[in-house]
Amino acid sequence: MSLDTRVETPRKLTRKEQRQVDAKTRLSSPAASFIAVLVAIFWTIPTAGLFITSFRPQLDIRRTGWWTVFVDPSFTLDNYAKTLQANNLANSFFNSFIITIPAVLIPIMLALLAAYAFAWIDFKGRNFLFAFVFALQVVPIQVTLIPLLTQYVNWGLANTFWTVWLSHTIFALPLAIYLLHNFMKEIPRSLIEAARVDGAGHVRVFFQVLMPLLVPAIASFAIFQFLWVWNDLLVALTFAPVEYAPITRVVADLSGSFGSQWHLLSSAAFISMFVPMIVFLSLQRYFVRGLLAGGVKG
Amino acid sequence: MSWFLKPETQPEKILVMLLAILLFALVMALVLLVVDRPRLPKWVPATGYLGPAVLLITFGLLWPGMLTIKASFFDRLNRDFVGLENYIYIFTDQGFLIVLGNTVLWVVLVPLVATALGLIYAVLVDRTRAEKLAKTLIFLPMAISMVGAGIIWKFMYEYKPKGVNQIGLLNQVVVWLGGEPQQWLLNPPLNTFMLIVVMIWIQAGFAMTVLSAAIKAIPDEIIEAAKVDGVTGTKLFFWVTIPSVRPAIIVVLTTIAMATLKAFDIVYTMTGGNFNTSVVANEFYFQSFVQGGPQIGAALATLLFIMITPIIVYNLRQMRISEGER
Repeated sequence: MSLDTRVETPRKLTRKEQRQVDAKTRLSSPAASFIAVLVAIFWTIPTAGLFITSFRPQLDIRRTGWWTVFVDPSFTLDNYAKTLQANNLANSFFNSFIITIPAVLIPIMLALLAAYAFAWIDFKGRNFLFAFVFALQVVPIQVTLIPLLTQYVNWGLANTFWTVWLSHTIFALPLAIYLLHNFMKEIPRSLIEAARVDGAGHVRVFFQVLMPLLVPAIASFAIFQFLWVWNDLLVALTFAPVEYAPITRVVADLSGSFGSQWHLLSSAAFISMFVPMIVFLSLQRYFVRGLLAGGVKG
Repeated sequence: MSWFLKPETQPEKILVMLLAILLFALVMALVLLVVDRPRLPKWVPATGYLGPAVLLITFGLLWPGMLTIKASFFDRLNRDFVGLENYIYIFTDQGFLIVLGNTVLWVVLVPLVATALGLIYAVLVDRTRAEKLAKTLIFLPMAISMVGAGIIWKFMYEYKPKGVNQIGLLNQVVVWLGGEPQQWLLNPPLNTFMLIVVMIWIQAGFAMTVLSAAIKAIPDEIIEAAKVDGVTGTKLFFWVTIPSVRPAIIVVLTTIAMATLKAFDIVYTMTGGNFNTSVVANEFYFQSFVQGGPQIGAALATLLFIMITPIIVYNLRQMRISEGER
């Protein structure tokens, strides 16, 4: 991507300098701040509304808007208890982890190998092959689903976790290779060459020189892939059988079948959302870094 | 061995999961062991390192992609060649024309509005005291699944008849302002716009983050020079900020456009594609897996591919140009 991939860490300015800097770049006016606050509120309200709703008693949800809690507060955990008991939600929550963990780790392993070769081994056809891998990011996964499914059925693998893991791995590889390759390329050649002169083979270079430097890059891809897999619906609908369905799929089904049982739907939605939200909020820095390095997947 | 393919209990599932990870780790270790010897020709380690990934990509992306494109020119049973018939059907059928029209609306509106909002917001909060918090708030929807976002907004749009307490905020606001509550998701063409709002809500954070970084990268001298010339406020925004971050804006626009074309979860969760709200990505799923029209599904997937390709090519060229400038 065109942008600087480093997250800026501006040097500490004195207060006076800071004020000068602020004054020259900002659309500084109370109106601007007002608009910003307004947008922020508008962006937060929908989530906050459903979140508050998920803690309200069933009858209250049906009778009054969630905003009335500010004058007439009453909260309960019943919705969460009910949702987790019924509807197989606890099981699908567990399935989400079973699906997501390998689907994050496996592509990282494979992509690390490939990215290393692309970045640090000169072989014939390297540029062509890299362009090939990169270009396959174009392929929308919709295009691949039916032939893949047919193939899995022929192999007798259909309706297992294996197909879900494999599919997520495949769909992740082009981006993973591209991202990790970009980060690996930034490591100074002299470091690698010094190690090689000392007689280190590829494996030692890989683990002793590159790996420690790559941790942030791996982290940023891992977060992407984690959010992507956890939040995925299409792959789960296509490849996971009902008993292995991840939570997004169960929640999506609830939304269809339960129409307006908001006490269940709201709590179910938040059970599905809190894991990615925690991951995201605690590792936001790496996420942004990956985003700026071109980590975008569809 | 059945638990290996079909684990039933939770411990079994965990065991299979660990096995899967271990299996791939072993593959990796094996490759490293075999190819890492001195004096092997270079293609040996290269093949070893690239082999697993390239094999998987070929098997899982390239080959199925080609099969799907082929299937889009064949009949339902994938036996007889029918030429462009499936495409002609899509481009003439009344229902599909609505789907195509909706898709165009999505792919035009979402990138433009999300990018504009993201840009303005990035400028507004740039170097303010609460910048980090302000950004996190806008950014957070990116962590939420589109299914979750769909439910959040469905609740915002919830309808109760006139005279009854509203529980959806949007209708409550309408009532407060003296209007009649609306069935936001039932009436076309309004409902499509209501769904588009959800995607904008998700994508604006992405636009804001990338553009904010681009704004911070504008050299101080440029701003300084503009200042000396007396350019401030809104003028500074239009004459200096926007031209300076133009490449980033294009990257953001195209990226969001691609994400929008592929997204089907919002429509699937909120309306199921009913009431004239379907888009190509949703219709693809419906035709392929529900309706039993795999040839139409294949044609729709191919259409997606055709629509995405020029966008990504443009995106890449833009990236290359701006990298050259760097």
